[in-house]
Amino acid sequence: MEIHKMGVLYSFFVIVIFLLFVIIGIEGLGWYSLFSVIIPYAAVVTFIAGLIFRVLKWGISPVPFHIPTTSGQQNSLPWIKPNNIDSPFTTRGVITRMALEVLFFRSLFWNERVELRRAYELLFKRNLYLWFGGLAFHWAFLITLLRHLRFFTEPVPSFVILVQGLDGILQSIAPTLYISNIFIFGALIYLFLRRVVYPQIRYISLPSDYLALFILLGVVLSGILIRFFYKVDLVKVKEWVMGMLSFNPTPLRGIGLLFYIHLFFVSFLIAYFPFSKMIHMAGFFLSPTRNLSNNSRNHRHINPWDKPVKVHTYEEYESEFREVMKEVGLPVEKE
Amino acid sequence: MKLTEAGSRQGEHYQIDYTPPERGWLEPKVEFRKGTYCYPASLKHQKYLELPNPREWQIGVEDWKLPENWKEIILEGMKDRLRRYRSFKLFLDICVRCGACADKCHYFIGSGDPKNMPVLRAELLRSVYRRYFTLSGKILGRLAGARELTEDVLKEWFYYFYQCTECRRCSVFCPYGIDTCEITMMARELLNLVGCSINWIVEPASNSFRTGNHLGVLPHAFKTTMDFAVDEVKEITGIKVEPTINRKGAEILFISPSADYFASPHWYTFLGYLILFHEIGLDYTWSTYASEGGNFGFFHSMELAKRLNAKIYAEAKRLRVKWILGGECGHMWRVIHQYMDTFNGPADFLEEPVSPITGTNFDNARSTKMVHICEFTADLIKNNKLKLDPSRNDHWKVTFHDSCNTSRSMGLIEEPRYILNEVCNYFYEMPENTIRERTFCCGSGSGLGSDENIETRLRGGFPRANAVKYVKDQFGVNLVTCICAIDRATLPTLFEYWVPGMEVSGLHELVGNAIVMKGEKEGRTDLRGKTFNSLTHPSPHQGRGMGEGEGNDHVR
Repeated sequence: MEIHKMGVLYSFFVIVIFLLFVIIGIEGLGWYSLFSVIIPYAAVVTFIAGLIFRVLKWGISPVPFHIPTTSGQQNSLPWIKPNNIDSPFTTRGVITRMALEVLFFRSLFWNERVELRRAYELLFKRNLYLWFGGLAFHWAFLITLLRHLRFFTEPVPSFVILVQGLDGILQSIAPTLYISNIFIFGALIYLFLRRVVYPQIRYISLPSDYLALFILLGVVLSGILIRFFYKVDLVKVKEWVMGMLSFNPTPLRGIGLLFYIHLFFVSFLIAYFPFSKMIHMAGFFLSPTRNLSNNSRNHRHINPWDKPVKVHTYEEYESEFREVMKEVGLPVEKE
Repeated sequence: MKLTEAGSRQGEHYQIDYTPPERGWLEPKVEFRKGTYCYPASLKHQKYLELPNPREWQIGVEDWKLPENWKEIILEGMKDRLRRYRSFKLFLDICVRCGACADKCHYFIGSGDPKNMPVLRAELLRSVYRRYFTLSGKILGRLAGARELTEDVLKEWFYYFYQCTECRRCSVFCPYGIDTCEITMMARELLNLVGCSINWIVEPASNSFRTGNHLGVLPHAFKTTMDFAVDEVKEITGIKVEPTINRKGAEILFISPSADYFASPHWYTFLGYLILFHEIGLDYTWSTYASEGGNFGFFHSMELAKRLNAKIYAEAKRLRVKWILGGECGHMWRVIHQYMDTFNGPADFLEEPVSPITGTNFDNARSTKMVHICEFTADLIKNNKLKLDPSRNDHWKVTFHDSCNTSRSMGLIEEPRYILNEVCNYFYEMPENTIRERTFCCGSGSGLGSDENIETRLRGGFPRANAVKYVKDQFGVNLVTCICAIDRATLPTLFEYWVPGMEVSGLHELVGNAIVMKGEKEGRTDLRGKTFNSLTHPSPHQGRGMGEGEGNDHVR
């Protein structure tokens, strides 16, 4: 079987197993402590340890050469306007470049699609779908996370309430509907569909690509379902969270099955995060093509593992060619 | 479809199928068809450079005569590089396979081969990394996108990593800046560890190590060539220029790619340099020991790059010059801008570069002490130090091809455009998706400009040629100007196939044409020997527009 078909199938299979695990665990065996205390704690520990491990693992490898990708005019002559964002020469420029990338996906914003219109004619079209899909997902994810902070804080900080208020601005039309609900779900569906529809993207997709999407979809769908159809006792949930946070946990009982499913998917997501491609979130900050300034002729970059190499010296060169050099009157060191 | 077949020319029957095969990519399979790959390095040059596991071997046959423990060597080599290069480790880990890079690669656009998508090119290596260096790959195998390192995988590496010109276009579009060039460099280093390198890279590197330049020009031949050029300038302008070679105590050491003084159409750029330096009375010298700005070692391994690059500072020190000026070349400038100071610095025996003509302090080159000739000339023109007659280039309708390295690894974008606008009247930009940081490679960079892989080159050069054809059809462009010696060597072949009739030049050829020399003779010709007054003058300012106004204001 081809790898991408295998990917969809196996990832789906994993989701089904997870669902069965929670259903049997909660409904059949009543493993409340496992699902509401042990697994969440383990997941958070794995997340933190994994993140530190990954970042340190990258960090211990040095950056031997100064290799920013320059996407704009360098800083050279005073009357030529340099581009301090795409070809940054100051730390401020680097920070701006990184910030625009992290917050607005600047590189993807310039994405274009190449088409062979007819034989021997290429067409370049600005393509914003991936940029928009990616941005929508990540921002909606962030806003959802921020909204969730209300379960983790007492009193709830005003910015969380503000975010929640703004996100819920549509609630006058559709009660309990957050804008981020629509965007995160729509974006995930788009990100999945492009993997199965576009032949090239399908070709490069691995099972782990689908697994990440399915897990996220699991989290989002269970979360939305809880809000819309199977409401849970939020006061109880918050009590449980605060207990967890003060390391005085009490297993959460008597709350809808769907909540345990949501919780399990979230736990898996954060535990899997550092060991999956989702670690790009942390990795980006270390990317030497983006986080270095374009000033390598102005400022010397040191290679920590630099070692002497065998060179061909001028003396060796002259001793091989001295006679012919003298013949044509080129100056030599030794007559 | 074979590109080389007559009749497919100009795309009458040229279709590229971008649909990937049904069969997945994890099974390595490469068909080494003649015209798509470069030949192995000759034993002589492998030995001269003392490269690992030197041997005679052939690509077309099953047995590549790999050393007994080749697998161990590669895996050890990977481990070592993962330890030494954060870029390598990071770029193997953080790709999310979003596919934004896919249609940014000129080889993919020209061939439709899915393994030419940068993401998949990297996956060829990544899959082996997963199998031997990650837990999930060790446990889950194929399911984690991991695969065994086999001879077939190695052959696939050889095919595809010598089908990447390290142009970095994909890294502009990647949201994390993943740079396939880094991956390709590492893959080539690994291949070289088991003696799988190509002659088109190793021979020039070996020549450069011994004779000071890629072409193997010996010192007396260099002198003869220089004398010949001096005669030619005299014939054209009536003025005897007096360049010096290996002269101690000159203020500036000038280094250009060796093709400039030995190949065509580079030769006219060489004449342009000589005219320019004479006209401003520059106190400079050429060197035979460091008679190469380019660095084919860079396409082989960082170690070899450093070995070749060492000559530049060594010679500057021996000749006791104040600073170094560098000619028109692409990858040469990547090495100088991003690597030289780290490789062989600090250049504390040199002075911070100051133009002796204008007094401009090149602060951007304060540490490396090497200035790009476009920076130098643009400064001269800005300060009115040159008498220029742009109408002397009126027989050319010019477009400018940014070379990959100067645009994406240096940001030298507006300097050449400023010069072009001053030395010619008809300058037209190609579509913006194909210039500046988004420029397309000539398809022959990074040591792949051989005749052996002509089909791959023509395919890889297709996007560039396509944009050139566009300005030819739109504006009647008849000259592609560039600041890269590999471009000058390989674009003529590319255009002969895709855009017949298109000429190629260096920027300083046009500068040389436009300079009105003090005391030059009546009826001076251009550097190609055509008399100015016999040339057709299209009506002035007709559509000059595209080059103007976009200039310095351009921010992406």
